[in-house]
Amino acid sequence: MRRTFLKSLAALAVSAAFCAPVLAANPVEISFYYPVAVGGAVTKTIDSMVADFEKANPDIKVKAIYAGTYQESIVKALTAFKGGTPPTLAVLLSTDLFTLIDENAIVPIDSLAGSAEDKKWIDGFYKGFMENSQTDGKTWGIPFQRSTIVMYYNKTLFKEAGLNPEKAPANWNEMVEAAKKLTRRDAAGNVTQWGVKIPSTGFGYWMFQAMTASNDTLLMNSTGTKTYFDKPGAVQALQHWVDLTTRDKVMPAGSIEWGTTPKDFLEQKAAMVWTTTGNLTNIRTNASFPFGVAMLPGIRHPGSPTGGGNFYVFNKTSPAEQQAAMKFIRFATEPARAAQWSIATGYVAPRQDAWDTPEMKKYLQDVPAADVAREQMKYGVAELSTHDNQRVTKALNDNLQAALSGTKTPEAALKDAQREAERILRAYGR
Amino acid sequence: MKRLPSSVLPWLLLSPAMVLLIAFTHYPALATLWHSFFSTPKGARPSVFVGLENYRLMADDPVFWQALCNNLWFALGTIPLAIALAILMALWVNEKLAGRGVLRLAYFTPTVLPMIAVANIWLFFYTPQYGLLEQITGALGLPSHNWLGNPQTVLGALMVVAVWKEAGFFMIFYLAALQQISPVLAEAAALEGASRWQYFWRVQFPLLMPTTLFVLINALINAFRLVDHIVVMTKGGPDNASSLLLYYIYEVGFAFWDSSYAAALTVVLLALLGLIALVKFRVLDRRTHYQ
Repeated sequence: MRRTFLKSLAALAVSAAFCAPVLAANPVEISFYYPVAVGGAVTKTIDSMVADFEKANPDIKVKAIYAGTYQESIVKALTAFKGGTPPTLAVLLSTDLFTLIDENAIVPIDSLAGSAEDKKWIDGFYKGFMENSQTDGKTWGIPFQRSTIVMYYNKTLFKEAGLNPEKAPANWNEMVEAAKKLTRRDAAGNVTQWGVKIPSTGFGYWMFQAMTASNDTLLMNSTGTKTYFDKPGAVQALQHWVDLTTRDKVMPAGSIEWGTTPKDFLEQKAAMVWTTTGNLTNIRTNASFPFGVAMLPGIRHPGSPTGGGNFYVFNKTSPAEQQAAMKFIRFATEPARAAQWSIATGYVAPRQDAWDTPEMKKYLQDVPAADVAREQMKYGVAELSTHDNQRVTKALNDNLQAALSGTKTPEAALKDAQREAERILRAYGR
Repeated sequence: MKRLPSSVLPWLLLSPAMVLLIAFTHYPALATLWHSFFSTPKGARPSVFVGLENYRLMADDPVFWQALCNNLWFALGTIPLAIALAILMALWVNEKLAGRGVLRLAYFTPTVLPMIAVANIWLFFYTPQYGLLEQITGALGLPSHNWLGNPQTVLGALMVVAVWKEAGFFMIFYLAALQQISPVLAEAAALEGASRWQYFWRVQFPLLMPTTLFVLINALINAFRLVDHIVVMTKGGPDNASSLLLYYIYEVGFAFWDSSYAAALTVVLLALLGLIALVKFRVLDRRTHYQ
């Protein structure tokens, strides 16, 4: 026993002599919750990022914890916070900003990074992404896996339908016309291939925002206290969406599952689908046919909401841990690494300098589709985010589904959603 | 060694089970009731006593009523069917037939699969156009259906999954009960010239009553605690058409963070389950013939 003890002591001494940092005085340990919302090897990418970070910062230990979907991640993070052991750092939906502030769960980033150089770094993020990260003059989150919606289309099916595979529909009417040609029925009149699929479970509000944004209608104010669901422009946009099923007959009736939409596209059961840019790598890896990526066809002009997750630093953690978390955020958003992350997943790198790196330039030559999302950022609007966000979003989602399954007219559905949202937000408007 | 007073020992023997019961059943139930009379604390605002306000909100909450109705329909739709199927399967694998063991295993398989995995499998069974169901109906030339995306069919689709999952589990209980029935009875019935149906209806079914009662209570409780299928397959949609009570409680508690309203909803669910237990002990037990 004593012998082994002495041996291990000697071994320790030797290793200390060779690589002192291993024994850095009490490394700071931070926990990091992250979600996975798209297909592909996201977990592997995060793990290697954490390993690189620890190599560069031997005095910090990062415990990266996969926390499920975005929804499950905020449940875990807030439950842990209420229980007194929050994660130091988490990637959560940018739209949960007000919820996190109301729970007093997060620390403003400006208070941790206040130097002139830090300010310059914060200013380096795309404005469109910062709209969901700043409120009341403070920065609360740092954009990380941010996305926007794009349209994927099947070039082979375009060719078969006599459409130009190199030219995606540029506006709503063109999309409907193309979809009519792309919808195929068998002898009995059953549809074997749909022209277009726009999912309506879970993220229905997000898809809807793309339509309203392209119809010059915003759904909420920037302080998260008011919604405008029943504006004429919104009703008109929903009518367009419902028409795809009832009038144009190019989209299946009822709600369309968010999770199976990419699969519908890969199975060639839908010629065009709307989904997040975060699915690009998944589709690129698994598509057995040439496909194109295009900006969303708008009603009056292009338009799409941003989406995805921000880094947040949690309250009830020590200053040393918060600083370590800041270091990790800086590390993860460095140009080369943000570019690498964007290439591995399909998420939109949130800073211009990431797009200027040589790796990214080379990638864009191979996969020009990846540039579509960045182009679309010019027309980006902030994603729907209010106080008590999940409740307000549910009110809208439920009513969108009611309109799409024909139980309510678009106007009645949006009036109901607006009334419900006003009831929920009454307490915050004062 | 002094002898313990005679009253201490039984309490000592009871204490492990009692501690567990109090810690994980009675205390949480009472704490939930207590919390349901307060408001939800939010960041800087502490929780205050609001009396019955949460219950008033519930009475005006259309989603709650819809979830409750859905739940009652769900119970009505799944329980008789699951029980009937379980009896049928049990009678079938109780016979002396070749491959009986394999058949029993096949029936029992759905029960041992984890719920989340099952829900994911069924999600792709129901997927429009290339899901298993669609491929079968498509081959027969029937029109395509969006089972989970249509408010009229979504609850029915979920019921099918529940029946499929539960019937095999209940079959095991029935099978055990059938094996308990003395062969003398079957011989006597045969001598009397009773038909197969008469024997089942007059002899087997009454003797299975205790099992039926046990299964019925279990099935009722299961119907009110179902949540995992819904999370995976429908998220309560479209427009709350498949929202059940426990899923709604989860949503209110962990998506809206309104813990006191969730507590009030939980109290209602507990009261419902308590009522079911009361009916069992007070009414059904007295009418059941235990051997």
